[in-house]
Amino acid sequence: MPQWIPACATDDVDPEDVIPFDHAGESYAVYRSPDDVYYATAGHCSHERELLCDGLVMGGVIECPKHNGRFDYTSGKAMGAPVLVDLRTYPTKVEDGTVYIEVS
Amino acid sequence: MGRERLERYSLVGPDSRAAVDAGLASADWYRSAVPRKRMKELMRRSDGPAVRDTTLWLGLMVVLAGVGTLFWGSWWCVPFFAAYGVLYGSASDSRWHECGHGTAFRTRWMDEVVYQIASFMVMRDPTASRWSHTRHHTDTLVLGRDPEIQAMRPARLAKLLANFVGLVDVPVAMRLMVLHVVGRLSAEEADYVPETERPKVFRTARIWFAIYAVVIASAIVSGSWLPVVLVGGPALYGRYMLYVYGLTQHSGLGENVLDHRLNTRTVRMNVINRFLYSNMNYHVEHHMFPMVPYHRLPELHEEIKGDLAPAYPSIWAAYRELVPAVLRQLKDQSYYVRRELAPGATPFHEPSAVNDGRALPLIPA
Repeated sequence: MPQWIPACATDDVDPEDVIPFDHAGESYAVYRSPDDVYYATAGHCSHERELLCDGLVMGGVIECPKHNGRFDYTSGKAMGAPVLVDLRTYPTKVEDGTVYIEVS
Repeated sequence: MGRERLERYSLVGPDSRAAVDAGLASADWYRSAVPRKRMKELMRRSDGPAVRDTTLWLGLMVVLAGVGTLFWGSWWCVPFFAAYGVLYGSASDSRWHECGHGTAFRTRWMDEVVYQIASFMVMRDPTASRWSHTRHHTDTLVLGRDPEIQAMRPARLAKLLANFVGLVDVPVAMRLMVLHVVGRLSAEEADYVPETERPKVFRTARIWFAIYAVVIASAIVSGSWLPVVLVGGPALYGRYMLYVYGLTQHSGLGENVLDHRLNTRTVRMNVINRFLYSNMNYHVEHHMFPMVPYHRLPELHEEIKGDLAPAYPSIWAAYRELVPAVLRQLKDQSYYVRRELAPGATPFHEPSAVNDGRALPLIPA
C-alpha cells in the first residue's frame, strides 16, 4: 500500500543536486531542480548497480557517475546508450520544510 | 607460449563466466575520497575548451591537408601529411574517447557530431565501440570481460608492433565493417551490444562503406593515391601515436583487481602530447571519475595525487617500466608491476584473494 515517507529536509539538497535516501532496504535518489522542485527516482542506475547520488545533475538531467548514462529525472526517461531502461520515479511533496516521497 | 592463458581473455570463453561467478564483473571499485562540493565543480561541463580544441584540431587538419595537396607529387608534401596523419589517425582516438563519454562538451549535439567524426577517423563503429568502452570501464583489465586490453599476458608483440601502423586494427575494422554491412556482429560484439542498438551499427557501416567506395573510386579514376592519403590512409600511417600513448595506460599492470591504482598509469606529458591525447595521460583519475571532463583532469590530479602512486614523469619513464614488464610477462604471466602508493594514501582495495593482480586461474585445471 502506498505511503508517504519523510526523505529529507528541503535544505538538505542543494539546488540542481541530488542526495541518497534509503528506506526499508531500498535506495532512492532525491533531486532538487534549479527552480526548487523536488523529484525522486530509484537510487541506482538502470544500466548497472551504480548509485546515482554520486552523479551530476544538469538542469533536469542526472548523469550516472560510472558510464555517463543520462536520465530525465523528472520523468525517469533514459536518454540513450548506455542507459536503455527508464528509471522508476516516485511522487514527492513538501510539507513544513520536509520532502516526502510516496513509496509502495 | 601462453596460448591457454591468452584464451582467458575471450569474452565468450569459460573465463568470462568464471569472472562473473567470482564477483569480478560489475564489482565495486575503489575511489579516492573527494568532497561532493569539489567533485561537483570538477564534473561541471562547459563548451569552451572543447570548442577551442576541436577547432584547432580540425582547422590544423584542413590547413595541413591543403598544403600537402598543393605539394602533392614532391617530397615537400611528406611533413604536412605526416602531421595531418597523426591528427587524423591518432588524435581522433582521444576525441572518440572523450565525446563517447559525453563529457567533452556541455552541449550534447556537439559531443555527438565530434564523436561520429572521430569514430570514422579511428575506424571504430560509434555504437559498438561505445558499448565496448562501457564494458572497459565496468571491468577494467578483468580477464574474459574487458574487450579493450591491449597488452595481454603474454603480449602478442607482433600484433602490437604491427598496429603502430594499423596493420591489424585497420584490416579488422574493415572486416567488421563488411560484417555489419550485411547485418551481422562478431561473437564478441554480440556479447556487449544490446539487440536494440544493433540497427545503428548496421546503418553506420553502410554509410562508411559508401564513403570508402567513393574514396577508392576517386583514386582509381584520378590515377592518384591522394584520396586515400586524405581519407582512410591516415588510420595506417598516422596511427603510431595512438599506440605510443595508449600502451602507457595499463600495460604490465595488475589484472582482475578492483582498484585502478593497481592497473592504470598517470603519466606527465608536455602540452603538445596533452593536446593530441586530450589529457588522457591522467588515466587513473579518468577511470576513477569518468564524469570529470578532460580539461579538468589536471585539477582532479592535484586533488587526489596524495592517494595515488606518484605520476610517471614522462612517456619515456613509463616505457622504461612497461617494456621490461611486458617482456618479462612473456615468460612469467603471473608477473605485474605493483607500485608504491604515496605516504598516507589509503591502502590498495583488495577485498579478496581473487583480486590478486597476478590473475591466477579462476577455473581449476
